[in-house]
Amino acid sequence: MLLLAVDTATPAVTVALHDGESVLAESDQVDARRHGELLIPSVDRVLAEAGLKLDAITGIVVGVGPGPYTGLRVGLVTASTFAAVLGVPVHGLCTLDGLAYAAGTAGIEGPFTVATDARRKEVYWARYEDPRTRVGEPRVDRPADIAEQVAGVPAVGQGALLYPEVFPDVRGPEHQSAAALASLAAERLAAGAAFLPPTPLYLRRPDAQVPKNYKVVTPQ
Amino acid sequence: MADEPLVLGIETSCDETGVGVVRGTTLLADAIASSVDEHARFGGVVPEVASRAHLEAMVPTIERALKEAGVSARDLDGIAVTAGPGLAGALLVGTSAAKAYAYALGKPLYGVNHLASHICVDQLEHGPLPEPTMALLVSGGHSSLLLAPDITSDVRPLGATIDDAAGEAFDKIARVLQLGFPGGPVIDRLAKEGDPKAINFPRGLTGSRDPAYDFSFSGLKTAVARWIEAKRNAGEEVPVRDVAASFQEAVVDVLTRKAIRACKDEGVDHLMIGGGVAANSRLRSLAQERCDAAGITLRVPRPKLCTDNGAMVAALGAEMVRRNRPASDWDLSADSSLPVTDPHVPGTSHVHSDDHGHGHGHGHDHDHVHELSKDNLYS
Ligand SMILES: [Zn+2]
Repeated sequence: MLLLAVDTATPAVTVALHDGESVLAESDQVDARRHGELLIPSVDRVLAEAGLKLDAITGIVVGVGPGPYTGLRVGLVTASTFAAVLGVPVHGLCTLDGLAYAAGTAGIEGPFTVATDARRKEVYWARYEDPRTRVGEPRVDRPADIAEQVAGVPAVGQGALLYPEVFPDVRGPEHQSAAALASLAAERLAAGAAFLPPTPLYLRRPDAQVPKNYKVVTPQ
Repeated sequence: MADEPLVLGIETSCDETGVGVVRGTTLLADAIASSVDEHARFGGVVPEVASRAHLEAMVPTIERALKEAGVSARDLDGIAVTAGPGLAGALLVGTSAAKAYAYALGKPLYGVNHLASHICVDQLEHGPLPEPTMALLVSGGHSSLLLAPDITSDVRPLGATIDDAAGEAFDKIARVLQLGFPGGPVIDRLAKEGDPKAINFPRGLTGSRDPAYDFSFSGLKTAVARWIEAKRNAGEEVPVRDVAASFQEAVVDVLTRKAIRACKDEGVDHLMIGGGVAANSRLRSLAQERCDAAGITLRVPRPKLCTDNGAMVAALGAEMVRRNRPASDWDLSADSSLPVTDPHVPGTSHVHSDDHGHGHGHGHDHDHVHELSKDNLYS
């Protein structure tokens, strides 16, 4: 087994190779505005580090969000395109599940909350019973509106760090890691568990506004 | 012809997910998935709606294009993609897909300019472009006059709209007349039954002191809207067909007049018209009339190649390969305001960790020139 895992749903551009037993190579960069530029060079780097080529991959793991849309789509379209060329399956996982799994590796047992930055003063979040067990579907909310629901348990992720008044006890990893996502996927594959389709979890409807001077792209 | 470059092109700058396959100047496939219906109720293109649709359509459209072309992805000589200008989020889906596709196949990647692609597509219809070519690009996003001595390296803007794009004016007038979105096709159809001389709408920027090659459609749009409003306020019925015909005539009159003048001033005997508005039947017929009178050869591709599509990107990509232009790097950015003077985005790194044989870094950095002659040119 050779899994290539990518996740661009958060400010992190993260890529990892996993052989079913352990992580062979990983690349983690945090740059919310350059997902499109950084992803393929990261893939190239982890493959070179492991001394492998892309056609050795037997499956692709992708974080499907939730995440701010523009960056999220970079990982998803890359995963789907690789899968189409290589003829291998794509295994979608909730991005928050990757962070929860990494929190477990960092020694947090649960229950806890995972929260990522949804911008516009909101967070994407979910409650976890333990690092492998999410309670319900991920949601997007204003931190103040969920204060009661997340009170009394530690929180994980950059979204929690942004709102200390709601998440006073933040622990574990700040950013998503494809290495954790790949490890979780390897575990789930071995257990015969299901995956999500490689389609985005937007959790918000598109802003249905036509910008002024739409489509005007010529230099003036 | 088998030794001509086989290139797949991906276009996602606006609301069409286009994937085309060409061999040299021969069109093999032109697959399109459009999200235009999803935008119709908003009266214009909604960027987030377009980006979501691109993501859904991307891989199926690539596969449809390859099937239609009857070629194997392994035989491609390169992957071309619109790097800009366009909607940032929409471009990002296309460039990401193109990179993944090129990387997985071990093929060179060519990030190309959307506007240059609109010109180059005519090679698929009428053979190699004459050098130089004068091009009038008119669509919902652009209205410009471009002089292209070499479509892969030297495209010079002579003039552009100072406010609305021509296609945008069609959309806005259609909205005032309650004809729906997009406005171009319905106005074209109704205008055929109307009198283009019924109302004398203003011709923007055609005074003797006005810039010779720039366009303005904002004043026309306002004049038409006011005229309609006055009719409605007077309780009279609006003669929709005459308004459509007279408005359309004002637009195409200015467009063709300025394009012919540019040809004459620059001594160019070929005029190419592209972009979605080039599908307009009156623009095509008036351009033909005026080109014939001026001894200029008119080249307008069939309507399906005038609107945004992947074949135009593949056409320019094939020309890049044929002329040995350097490929783009893997960190190619989608640039929503890529200048028209950059027909493509060549890579800057000469040495790659090039163990899977993609053809990068075989060219030189700056083989195209940015200095433009000073007269009539924008920087
Ligand atoms: Zn266009």
